[in-house]
Amino acid sequence: MRSSYLPIALAVAILAVLPLGTSSNTTLNFLSFALIVALAAQGWNILGGYGGQFSFGHAAFFGTGAYGMALLQVRFGINPWLALPLATLLGAAVGAAIGALSFRARLRGSYFALVTLAFAEVFRILANAWGFTGGAAGVLVPLRIEAANMQFADRATFYWLVLACVAAGLVLTQAMARARFGAWLVAVRENEEAARALGVDSLAVKLRAITLSSGITALAGGLYAQKFLYLDAGIAYGSWISVEALLAPIIGGLGTVFGPLVGALVLLGLGEATKIALGHALGGAVPGVDLVVFGVLLILCVAFAPRGLLGLGADVRRLLRRPV
Amino acid sequence: MLPLDIFLSAMANGLMMGAVYALVALGLTLVYGVLHIINFAHGATLTAAMYAVYVAHAMLGVDPYLALPGLAAIFFALGYLVQRWVIGPASHGDDSNILLVTLGLSIIMENALLAGFRSDTRSIDVPYGFSVVEVGNLFLSTPKLVAFAGSFVVAALLWLLLARTDTGRAIRAVAKEKTGAALVGVRVEHIYAVTFGLGAACLAVAACLLMPTFLVNPRIGKAFTIVVLGGMGSIPGALIGGLFVGVVESLSGLYLGESLGQIGIFLIFILVLLARPTGLFGARA
Repeated sequence: MRSSYLPIALAVAILAVLPLGTSSNTTLNFLSFALIVALAAQGWNILGGYGGQFSFGHAAFFGTGAYGMALLQVRFGINPWLALPLATLLGAAVGAAIGALSFRARLRGSYFALVTLAFAEVFRILANAWGFTGGAAGVLVPLRIEAANMQFADRATFYWLVLACVAAGLVLTQAMARARFGAWLVAVRENEEAARALGVDSLAVKLRAITLSSGITALAGGLYAQKFLYLDAGIAYGSWISVEALLAPIIGGLGTVFGPLVGALVLLGLGEATKIALGHALGGAVPGVDLVVFGVLLILCVAFAPRGLLGLGADVRRLLRRPV
Repeated sequence: MLPLDIFLSAMANGLMMGAVYALVALGLTLVYGVLHIINFAHGATLTAAMYAVYVAHAMLGVDPYLALPGLAAIFFALGYLVQRWVIGPASHGDDSNILLVTLGLSIIMENALLAGFRSDTRSIDVPYGFSVVEVGNLFLSTPKLVAFAGSFVVAALLWLLLARTDTGRAIRAVAKEKTGAALVGVRVEHIYAVTFGLGAACLAVAACLLMPTFLVNPRIGKAFTIVVLGGMGSIPGALIGGLFVGVVESLSGLYLGESLGQIGIFLIFILVLLARPTGLFGARA
């Protein structure tokens, strides 16, 4: 069964050689950003894809990871290599707390989606008003380029760092899906009452899932902070990341190992293409057009490809293989 | 402490704003009661309606109050068509799919408005925008009083429609037992779409009542939806919940300041959800 990790190794290898083919900073920045979104989406996919609990507020975890990463450095002088795991743990703790509150109150479906959204908004308002987080002016991580400071002269190095995290996310998801915990989580998604009747502690399973999920998304937030070295409340806790972390797995394939990665690359690729095409056509950037495309994709996916692009691919392959 | 007059005028402002919240909540409650889903595109639809009022006034010179019947009819038709031809077919009858489709619709509307109007905040300038009525020591804004009264008129009309007409009976039948309703000849898909249309029409009315004193930007609607959820579940619940939220918002804005003021309503929303997931006045789950 080790062979199930082979596709992961292959995909990571292909992504790893990509920077060798380009020296364009724009391309490398785009790829790093896409992988950060993919990582955030991998986190969402654990809870939403495998666990069936749709969060509309993963920005709460992304932002906590991002602010954790930036503030631990700026306010406490902690080295980024230590700050990144700490920020991840902080995000996981916030996730566990939100999960404990909302799952104990038996929130699910639309209610769970709304309460997560409301938590993300509360964090955004607080971060925007509080002096410690830099308020509306945001927080700037000072530029000091050295490897010990997790700032690299070469953009490809940071890309590889993000890729390593994405690879770890893929392996973790695969291991989880094959473990007993993964089976419990899917059982809770399919029918919570039936799972409980079979002796699955559904509350504990959902709590573990949201903790893991928010930790991974917080790691993505931490990497975002270190990549761009600037944050404000609208970036860190903004609804854009809640939406993209949710869209990527749905478009790629909900509850699959590769869904978030495929979805994020397709989604952001299309978004970028739309922006460039419309920018040329109308002679200037038009805000929001990429998100309009995302919204249309979401509806099309729900209507015609409920198992995402990966599911669609599998269907097409089965059709082709069928003897006529 | 603040003088009593300031407190009272904040209360009055909150109540008047709350009436419009109640109207927004009413549309959401109606859709929730019949389709048993939270229409995530509700806020974005309100934003779209507010832009429609803005465009009607700025480009065609139509007064918001005169635009009200026309816009209500247009939004009823749009809501009907979207439910009948987009949300219904796309979600295959699955609740979490409806949630995602309405999320997709809200993303499309919000960002299409952003692309069309940019993120500038806009308002309209009507001659009666700043006129006031003096009540004791308080000066109450006339357009806000109109909004307060208008919201209750619409709520009464909606109640009459539900209680006294055949369509209303069919809506209540589908809400209670859709299979049974279908068996006695109610066209469930049609009733779903009518309900959605009524929800959208409520928003068009709310937009016409809001715009004389309010402003609009592409992201304004989302906060509205979250705000009104506390009162979901029943028509009186939506009304009382809306008024309550208006007062909380006004008072927390007064005591906590502009930027932190919003936090009160979100915290109340979270507490309400955690304690009573079906809304302050909804039935126990």
